[in-house]
Amino acid sequence: MKQRTSIIGGLAAIAGSFFVFVVPFIFIILMAFKDKPQSGLRDFSWPQGFHLWDNLVQVVTTRNWMMITAFINSALITVISVTALVVLAAMVGFVLARRKTRLNGLIEFLILAGLMIPPAVVPTIWLLQGLKLFGTLHGMILIEIAYNLPFSIILYRAFVATIPRDLDEAAIIDGARPLDVFFRIILPMLWPVTVTNIVVQSVGIFNDFTNPLYYLPGNQNATVQLTLYNFQSQFNTAYNLLFTNILLITIPPLIVFLFFNRQIVAGMTAGAVKG
Amino acid sequence: MASAPTTARSRPSTYPVWFFLPAAIIYGALFLAPTFASLYFSLTRWTLFNSVFIGFENFAQFFREPFLIKGLINTVLYAVVTSTLKVVIGMGLALLLTSNIIARGYLRSVVFFPVLVSTVGVGITFTVLMHPTNGMINQGLALMGIKGPGWLTDPNLALFSVALVDVWKGVGLATVIYIAGLVAIPRDYYEAARIDGATSWQNFWHVTLPLSRPATATVITLSFIGGLRTFDLIWAMTKGGPGFASDTVASVIYKQYQAGFYGLSTAGNVVLFILIGILVVPLTMFLNRKQGHE
Repeated sequence: MKQRTSIIGGLAAIAGSFFVFVVPFIFIILMAFKDKPQSGLRDFSWPQGFHLWDNLVQVVTTRNWMMITAFINSALITVISVTALVVLAAMVGFVLARRKTRLNGLIEFLILAGLMIPPAVVPTIWLLQGLKLFGTLHGMILIEIAYNLPFSIILYRAFVATIPRDLDEAAIIDGARPLDVFFRIILPMLWPVTVTNIVVQSVGIFNDFTNPLYYLPGNQNATVQLTLYNFQSQFNTAYNLLFTNILLITIPPLIVFLFFNRQIVAGMTAGAVKG
Repeated sequence: MASAPTTARSRPSTYPVWFFLPAAIIYGALFLAPTFASLYFSLTRWTLFNSVFIGFENFAQFFREPFLIKGLINTVLYAVVTSTLKVVIGMGLALLLTSNIIARGYLRSVVFFPVLVSTVGVGITFTVLMHPTNGMINQGLALMGIKGPGWLTDPNLALFSVALVDVWKGVGLATVIYIAGLVAIPRDYYEAARIDGATSWQNFWHVTLPLSRPATATVITLSFIGGLRTFDLIWAMTKGGPGFASDTVASVIYKQYQAGFYGLSTAGNVVLFILIGILVVPLTMFLNRKQGHE
């Protein structure tokens, strides 16, 4: 009896979740297969004819291959800022967990502040202009590093605390130089949390819309999230192309999800249990 | 942790303080400095090239213009609605997904996947789905004989429609946080409750709910802060419209920036900053306070 109710409940949950969570994605895919007149109806219908390839070609070549530029820009921003985040945050997390200095209280306060406070937009633009970094990829990368450091540091600090301190001391006694302790012994041991960091931050930075909108204006600097505005206009939106574009920029997170589901969940729930 | 601090100090270079330096420079220059600068520039009329000190005029304007006040109220409303729904639905889904149900892996995946998808992509998709006549949601409702509302065109509803989409996209995160919290509750408690003859409702109310409190605290804090700061979803779906009906402080900041009112935009930043401070700090203190005897 109990078995049966759980199966019925399961089927109900599958049906419900299908309608709520899967149907919108099916809608995106169907729209990407349609031609412009049919997609203009914006209904949930089977595509008349296979137009995905034509749509893809159009999306990619529009505005002088802007999509390719955007993917390259987004990839550069993501890879470089995540690499820097990993190294810099691990360094801070390591020393923060190991050494009790008078700075610790201040640093923890700044980390919490960074997680809560929304960045002051216009003063940041003013500063970036002063540094000649406004509207450049370098500037964008530095911004992503600055904004995402607090979260990465928290992940690293929690993990370093679980590595026994004896390990550092044994290494020192064996004659390791101080820097080697971190770069050759500790950093490799942090690999699990580094994977978590890479995955969570990559998805976040790749999907970032607001910061490139403010700090990286101009078509030459477009990132993938901003390409969505290519096909949206007040009067004549090409819905087939718009949804092909959405489909295209959903693929990278999908790949990450398929391979790193566990690490993402681990990173995003870190600290939730301990409180 | 408590091992003699003197040993750490006698060979300080194992844990060099300069390890803080690269991170501190980037964070200080690009986050802290602008934040402090915003306190001054919010008191000026500002063209980026020169600024004229005008005292609290920007803030006065912020609380004088009805559409700016509207944005302030909307922001709080949005944060309250999204975080409440995420707590309730996230808890429900987590209970479901930790129970003895078929296809758990599938369910967990489909609930979580939207968390990873582009917010703007989700916003555009739901804008189409929520179209009053052509949208799939209202067409589906029409099949059941219900006349769907103008989700994004009705000024009284637009903000809540966006909030619903926010919940759709974010509830997966709340769910996995709750799952982690629920799994960590020792079985013994349920065993003891069963021996005492507790009903499943009592089980939930007296065991599950109090013991998943850290998870609740995390979900509320994360989604409340996220809700107060939200910009991309609102911008993708309504751009603050119709009229100013779904404007939030974050969208006001962007609009004033676009219009070239840099001082006013920065004042918006400071308002948001203060709003988060006065709402989130007491909230987290309340949520993380030492638990009394339950």
